[in-house]
Amino acid sequence: MRILLVIALLLTACPVAAQPVTPQIVDDAIPASLTGRPGDAARGRAIVANRSTGLCLLCHSGPIAEERFQGDIAPSLAGAGSRWSEGQLRLRIVDGSRLNADTIMPAYYRTGGLQRVARAFEGKTILSAAQVEDVVAYLVTLKD
Amino acid sequence: MSARILCLGLVLVFAASYAMAQVGGEKRRSGYQDMGEALQKMQDDDTANPGMLFVQLGGQLWAKPAGAENKSCADCHGAAANSMKGVATRYPAIPHGADRPVDLEGRINLCRTENQKAERLPPENRDLLALEAYVAHQSRGMPIAPPYGPLLDAFRAQGEGIYRRRQGQLNLSCAICHDDNAGKKLAGIAIPEAHPTGYPIYRLEWQTLGSLKRRLRNCLVGIRAEAWPLDAPEYVALELYLMERAKGLPLETPAVRP
Ligand code: HEC
Ligand code: HEC
Ligand code: HEC
Repeated sequence: MRILLVIALLLTACPVAAQPVTPQIVDDAIPASLTGRPGDAARGRAIVANRSTGLCLLCHSGPIAEERFQGDIAPSLAGAGSRWSEGQLRLRIVDGSRLNADTIMPAYYRTGGLQRVARAFEGKTILSAAQVEDVVAYLVTLKD
Repeated sequence: MSARILCLGLVLVFAASYAMAQVGGEKRRSGYQDMGEALQKMQDDDTANPGMLFVQLGGQLWAKPAGAENKSCADCHGAAANSMKGVATRYPAIPHGADRPVDLEGRINLCRTENQKAERLPPENRDLLALEAYVAHQSRGMPIAPPYGPLLDAFRAQGEGIYRRRQGQLNLSCAICHDDNAGKKLAGIAIPEAHPTGYPIYRLEWQTLGSLKRRLRNCLVGIRAEAWPLDAPEYVALELYLMERAKGLPLETPAVRP
């Protein structure tokens, strides 16, 4: 019991898991939550807006007015929740290369197949499972 | 008579299209063209360009004896305006007898250790940057003119390989940003074509002069890739390839960049 508690604490203390669980892909989607729980849309919005956590606005623009510096390399995130289902959005964030092998969008929940990763990030996913769920929860709310 | 007019007309048409090819035919853009007008003015005005202070310092160091030989650069090379004119347009290059290319700062350090019998200046050292800026400044306005040869070409090919390979946690290549998405906005910043036309540059974000190597390390850190050690040959290989891409573009040293 004590050990389980310690493990649980450790997991929350380092949310970026070294060994990501392998999510179940069905067609072009990951239907089930990576954590077994729904994410939090408000936290997801903060992750998407943050330049060093989500990095999304490096490439994308989105309906986040307070962030003046946005990208135009990728389509706007506005309306993403109308275009894609929750499961499709989840796969897109986890590993977009499953949908488009040449995509330049980083795989946010994958550690394999990368070259010369900086030591501080080696073996780590860009987002934790919980953060992916928060981002997905936010994207789902982006209806046109 | 009409034949003469026709002939004159043809000559005019040819002259005009030739001139247009010279001005309008250049599709490549230096980072200079992507900056705001205020920064362009700062670079163009020698009294406002902070990089010129380093060029002046470099000029003083050029004439100052150093090392066990107690010789100055000028003792051997004379006036830099003559001896160093055009030199920066053809670096990295392979020094006589060497088996690998060196960049301009590497060449200057060779003269320090072999010819002045002085110690190597470390990367990003102020005096090294000043000497490099002073030497490269003698080529300002001259077109980049890389040298060729089997050994150089092999290093250049290695550089191109690095340029095209994805790396880092974000899994991006230099080419994805600087070829495929140049001109587009990355978090509001226009992505330049990555032409090494102005090095060492005065970068406002650094508040000082810095080398191409430092700039490349910034890009590597941005994609969360492991930066090579400062003396790694990979930087020289990359620079060889970048200079080839920028062949013919005029040098701007010392350039100003945001
Ligand atoms: C390095 C650039 C880059 C980054 C960073 C990035 N993306 Fe993308 N994203 C793209 C590109 C390019 C596409 C277009 C589809 C493709 O090429 O795969 C895309 C597609 C998408 C789509 C589908 C768009 C549509 O509606 O058709 C969504 C949703 C998305 N990204 C969300 C995100 C989120 C959320 C983040 C941050 C957690 C993010 N992206 C970070 C480049 C990026
Ligand atoms: C004792 C004489 C001597 C001194 C002192 C000296 N150099 Fe040199 N330098 C040379 C010689 C000789 C070469 C040519 C080597 C060759 O071609 O193989 C050279 C080559 C160079 C080159 C490359 C020129 C080219 O055409 O590729 C640069 C740049 C240079 N020196 C800069 C400097 C600087 C800066 C200093 C002072 C810090 C300096 N040198 C001090 C003798 C000297
Ligand atoms: C995610 C996109 C991205 C990637 C990948 C990237 N860079 Fe950059 N690079 C930039 C941006 C943006 C700037 C301009 C930054 C600024 O102005 O503040 C820049 C600037 C440069 C410059 C300066 C150009 C000038 O005008 O002085 C060079 C050179 C350069 N990059 C080379 C590289 C090389 C080589 C690589 C691969 C190792 C690379 N970059 C990878 C985005 C990128």
